[in-house]
Amino acid sequence: MANITVHINGVPQTLDVEPRLLLVHLIRENLNLTGTHVGCDTSSCGACTVLMDGRSVKSCTVYAVQANGKEVTTIEGLAHAGQLHPLQEGFKEEHGLQCGFCTPGMIMRCVDLLERNPNPTEEEIRWGISGNLCRCTGYNNIVKAVEYAAQKMQAAEVPAETVA
Amino acid sequence: MFCNTSKEIGGMGHSLKRKEDARFTQGKGHYVDDVKLPGMLYMDIVRSPYAYAKILNIDASKALEIPGVLAVITGRDLEKYNLHWMPTLMSDTQMVLPTDTVMYYAQEVCAVIATERYIAADGVAAVEVEYEPMKAIVDAHKALDPGMPVLRPDKGKTDNHIWHWEAGDREATDKLFANAEVVVKEQVYIPRIHVASIETCGCVADFDPVEAHLTMYMTTQAPHAIRTVIALVAGHVGLSEEKVRVIASDIGGGFGGKVPVYPGYVIAIAASVLIGKPVKWIEDRMENLQADSFARDYDMTCELAATKDGKIQGLRIKTLADHGYTDAAANPSKYPAGMFSICTGSYDYGVAFTEMDAVYTNKPPGGVAYRCSFRVTEAVHAIERMVDRLALEIGKDSAQLRMENFIKKEQFPYHSPLGWEYDSGDYGPALQMAMDIVGYDELRKEQAEKRKNGQLMGIGICSFTEVVGAGPSKDFDILGIKMFDSAEIRVHPTGKAIARFGTKSQGQGHETTYAQIIAQELGIPAEHIHIEEGDTDTAPYGLGTYASRSTPTAGAAAAVAARKLRDKARKIAAYLLEVSEEDLEWEVGKFFVKGAPEKSKTIQELVFASYTNHPQGMEAGFEATHYYDPPNLTFPFGSYICVVDIDPETGSIKIRRFVAIDDCGNIINPMIVQGQIHGGLTQGLAPAMFEELIYDEDGNMLNGSFMDYLVPTAVESPSWETGHTITPCPHHPIGAKGVGESPTVGAPPAIANAIIDALSHLGVTHIDIPITPQKVWNILVEKGVIEAV
Repeated sequence: MANITVHINGVPQTLDVEPRLLLVHLIRENLNLTGTHVGCDTSSCGACTVLMDGRSVKSCTVYAVQANGKEVTTIEGLAHAGQLHPLQEGFKEEHGLQCGFCTPGMIMRCVDLLERNPNPTEEEIRWGISGNLCRCTGYNNIVKAVEYAAQKMQAAEVPAETVA
Repeated sequence: MFCNTSKEIGGMGHSLKRKEDARFTQGKGHYVDDVKLPGMLYMDIVRSPYAYAKILNIDASKALEIPGVLAVITGRDLEKYNLHWMPTLMSDTQMVLPTDTVMYYAQEVCAVIATERYIAADGVAAVEVEYEPMKAIVDAHKALDPGMPVLRPDKGKTDNHIWHWEAGDREATDKLFANAEVVVKEQVYIPRIHVASIETCGCVADFDPVEAHLTMYMTTQAPHAIRTVIALVAGHVGLSEEKVRVIASDIGGGFGGKVPVYPGYVIAIAASVLIGKPVKWIEDRMENLQADSFARDYDMTCELAATKDGKIQGLRIKTLADHGYTDAAANPSKYPAGMFSICTGSYDYGVAFTEMDAVYTNKPPGGVAYRCSFRVTEAVHAIERMVDRLALEIGKDSAQLRMENFIKKEQFPYHSPLGWEYDSGDYGPALQMAMDIVGYDELRKEQAEKRKNGQLMGIGICSFTEVVGAGPSKDFDILGIKMFDSAEIRVHPTGKAIARFGTKSQGQGHETTYAQIIAQELGIPAEHIHIEEGDTDTAPYGLGTYASRSTPTAGAAAAVAARKLRDKARKIAAYLLEVSEEDLEWEVGKFFVKGAPEKSKTIQELVFASYTNHPQGMEAGFEATHYYDPPNLTFPFGSYICVVDIDPETGSIKIRRFVAIDDCGNIINPMIVQGQIHGGLTQGLAPAMFEELIYDEDGNMLNGSFMDYLVPTAVESPSWETGHTITPCPHHPIGAKGVGESPTVGAPPAIANAIIDALSHLGVTHIDIPITPQKVWNILVEKGVIEAV
């Protein structure tokens, strides 16, 4: 067992974990944050995407011990003071989700995407989310949702890092 | 578009934002792997590394030495309770766990029950199984060869033939083909594919030994049917139907793959009963791809007969269907080949004949849909490929050929040569709209110019007719249960409602669209109508959501139940306003006295009165239930046009444009319908260009993970262009048809036709899907366009 402290959505959590425990299972099973999902075994689908120190990672490919001392943000930590993140709003407004299973990972990936590139083109969005699979939407409306959020964040001049 | 309610009421035709999305965008969805119960155990499954082998010995001793491993369950254990086999939906039988022989690669061999997920996996790794491999039957074409092992002697079989099915007039069709001016013929193979919903399958079986009560949390598209199946399969060990509760909460995509009962579910139930604790089983992606029900796997010999100027006269298709080691297809009982007989398509001609033989092989069982209504995709691919093939043969433009042969608007209801009654359609305007949007004539000119320069560009059309919404009880049942569906509406005293359904959304947005149907009929704002599905203890019985049946069946039930309530409201209004019922007129949300509109009662007032001041002799309260038995199926249609550019040096294929015009009758929520079309198009692109489950000659699956089973990403998916025409369904209460699967059905032939069109001047007449750059490159080499290195 290894003793680690991970800051999950701003709250430090100290616990003993097996060295082989995956970050996604730490999040889902030890901390009961079930918004982060598992869709494959091969880092292909991105349903488990979270932010680690502000950068999107596939949490099925990170050991919990690697998150020791880091800030991890999950979908549950994205809204602030009752205010949805522009991406959460955009996915609803533009119908960027259907079954909702890929959605948390997709949104977390897009938080990182917009931080790196606040005003992406359609092609940049498509490449930017190409590590996240969606089986329902055909991606058209996910692209629109990201564009919606980009415009809203630019209009509000909200620096993306304040939400990470 | 039909839309006569205010935005506040939000009835039909409003693009209401989805009620579901608040929880899904905030990580508050509740999927089966989120279920966590006190004392819950975890199950993991040992799977076969061979496609066909005798099991000589299972040694679980090392697994059982691992702290936390509680049990290893084998077929021999289940045999004691007669639970080692279970029936399939198609009157076949399927192993839950084998006692002697494994029949496909990745088949369940035994199950490890442990206190933690990781320990269960450790247990799986520690179980030692001794096999004696046998030569597997992998190629369906060889399954009937003399000398092949008989895979199912337990079924009394002496060969590997499962069934023969046919429809149409063989004699008249043969005669027509013998004398036809033009006959075109192609071998069209549609390989095995997998729905690959992003959430895999799983369950938590929670048996309470004191009450003998089972709660089954599971990813199922048909919770009520599953409850009945559990009671039928395990009734003899004490699982009585009133003590079985199936709960399907949020589901991460279904597409047909979550209709069947998989062995894992039954093993989890058995484990929970034996141990007396809740048992969770969540399959991983590789198990999902390798062992869950497949779709397609039809090899079709297709022929079309016509006059030399292009009047289509007849169709003949002979199919070989590979069902794996058991026929576990999810079809209505009387339809072993699903609705394949829709294969005559959107065209008016006299005769057709189709026959099919199904065989056993050493592959996983199945024959589920992949987002399509029971084999409609295969049927549409066959006819739409052959229409293009005919156009090529006689040198006629493929759009013009379609226009000339379409069933005309005035011919509806149309009786197809294979027995369907198409309810309504108007095919020409949909194709014309697609042609106008894409700029068809200009594209053909551009193509001709490009060919002169050796550039490869193709235009592909698909004008499909679907058959969805099973179905009328006279023809459609599953395990004898008729394929009606249901709605129950309760309106509370303050005028807010809850409605429950026998269907189960997996992303289709029922919580929003069903509310809109009820809002339309009663005038109660959709935002105040709460929709519930998936709990068999509370929802009325229904057969679930697949085959685009929710709107045609449960959606209709909602409208009819709401109309029953409106009738009651009219009686209360007459009582309160002291007029006769005939003197009242309905305007969405209220009844008013004819000629005196100031004398009125709103629906909210009438509902309140039903609890507080109802007429003497009238039953109090405001509730209605309806079980809707549709008089016919619905026949949505559409025309799609795909434009591709092919790199003549590499064979890489770029979809330049894709225009999809759909007609699903009256539209409940345009935003949601468009979303369904987008998603279905990408799931049509997938088998057209990327997806195929590949087996080697020993029956090993070669691409059973997301590393190499290519689900399209946002980069491969083009920006879809959509539009619609509206031809209401004449027999549905709100004039709607199913829509979710149309694009999955329509896109593959449009894409295949475009790619083949780009190569047709080289003498290419057909390429099987998925059409990959490799296949195109090989053709370019073969045709001498590029030199092989």
